Amino acid sequence: MKTKQRPLSPFMIGPYYKPQMTSLMSITHRASGVFLSIIGAPLLLWWLIAVASGPQAYAVLTGFLGSLIGQLLLIATIVCLSFHLINGVRHLVWDTGRALDIKTAYTAGWLVLIGTVLLSAIVLGVLL
Amino acid sequence: MSMVNPLAKARGLGSAKSGVHHWYAQRASALLLIVLIGWLIYAMITLAGADHGTASSFIAQPTNAAFLILLIVALFYHAMLGLQVVIEDYVHNQVLEVILYFLTRAGGYLGMALGIIHVLKLALGA
Repeated sequence: MKTKQRPLSPFMIGPYYKPQMTSLMSITHRASGVFLSIIGAPLLLWWLIAVASGPQAYAVLTGFLGSLIGQLLLIATIVCLSFHLINGVRHLVWDTGRALDIKTAYTAGWLVLIGTVLLSAIVLGVLL
Repeated sequence: MSMVNPLAKARGLGSAKSGVHHWYAQRASALLLIVLIGWLIYAMITLAGADHGTASSFIAQPTNAAFLILLIVALFYHAMLGLQVVIEDYVHNQVLEVILYFLTRAGGYLGMALGIIHVLKLALGA
């Protein structure tokens, strides 16, 4: 059976749409989720395995986390975690059908960004 | 021209009737993770710069061990569901899509198993 070539709405990234806070934060939510899955969760596992394996393995982990690349990964993980956590609450509120008008979506967006900076700063201030 | 009628095609390739469960599970695990990640942040702040003995006795505490096991299960479950959606949306090569889906699931369950067993090792003092 031949399917008709029906028109599709254009892909979100490209010349068709002006970048907007709502769309940029939506894609950032996904990107931070992917980062947390690929880097953050394995870091948590490494920590558990290192502690369970003894002082030597733990020293390897703390040594890595003290290195430049370790610090960068830690910073990125904490920022992604803060953003995904707080923006996730915004998504959960949307899922109840509330706060969907453009003005509230933007206000909540700014609150998420401010909250992300604050939470990341507090956690990283203690960790680094 | 294929003799397969459109309805059969739709049944074969369309909705697998699990969309609502996926949607619900993603959000239920998210709600649980708000609490558990809050606890993780508390744990990270408590254990910042801790030596090995402090970290291992923290994990060995039954309440902390229980929180960690719950966290690991909810976290990897939520990650598996999220990565699945990202793969479905952006990977258009069907073979690659199935391979990535398999790797996501396998990695998620491996993460759960590794996490749980190491928490239990500390908690039960083996």
